[in-house]
Amino acid sequence: MSVTCSGEGRALTLAVSGEVDHHGAKRIMDELECHVAAALPNMLTLDLGGVTFMDSSGIAVLLRAHRRLRELGGTLSVTGTPPQAARVLRAAGLEKLIQFN
Amino acid sequence: MIKPINEAVLTFVSRSANEGFARTSAACFAAQLDPTLDEVNDVKTAVSEAVTNSIVHAYPNSLGKITLKLRLFADNSMEITVRDWGVGIADVEQARTPLFTTGNEERSGMGFTIMESFMDAVKVRSVPGKGTTVTMRRRISRRMGAGV
Repeated sequence: MSVTCSGEGRALTLAVSGEVDHHGAKRIMDELECHVAAALPNMLTLDLGGVTFMDSSGIAVLLRAHRRLRELGGTLSVTGTPPQAARVLRAAGLEKLIQFN
Repeated sequence: MIKPINEAVLTFVSRSANEGFARTSAACFAAQLDPTLDEVNDVKTAVSEAVTNSIVHAYPNSLGKITLKLRLFADNSMEITVRDWGVGIADVEQARTPLFTTGNEERSGMGFTIMESFMDAVKVRSVPGKGTTVTMRRRISRRMGAGV
């Protein structure tokens, strides 16, 4: 599992790779908090293109990201969601809360 | 009671590193029924949720034992049973409510919802102080040439 960061100004992109489960979720959340605190973005894109598996721990990660961006008055979007992860996120109704591209 | 055509039981310690092992093992076992990729992923996800619940909640102050029983039946269905001997669930109905969790904010409370979405049936039996057993069942579509 890895998280890589890129961006310009206050637009931040975090690319998540590997398995997003309970075992890996804490590290993802820590990296998210770290990068968001450093950049204070008004726009965060989570790129899930490299995710090989996701369970409901991924729901918690997205909800945390959504909450943080809302606190900053910014927006969250999610891109590159693979089919297995998309099925999990759809089961939770997250498309009603978060923009998926 | 209908006998399974094949079964396996895995026992492991309640370490989060075993979540991947559990779901991959279940996926490998399910392969005997020639599932589609979506069906394998549904099995992996449901197993991940059930096993994670035991790892997170069953043994709060120590490590404990979890078993994963996998059974295949002649009607091309798979039964998955995750069992622990931990603290148990005081109110199963409440635990199965979407977004309810006794965990911290790293937990979404959606584990049972995901299991129920991805499996045909989910049964939860729990006795506080004795442990929890989650049994799930999923029918795998028959395709030409499938069988064990």
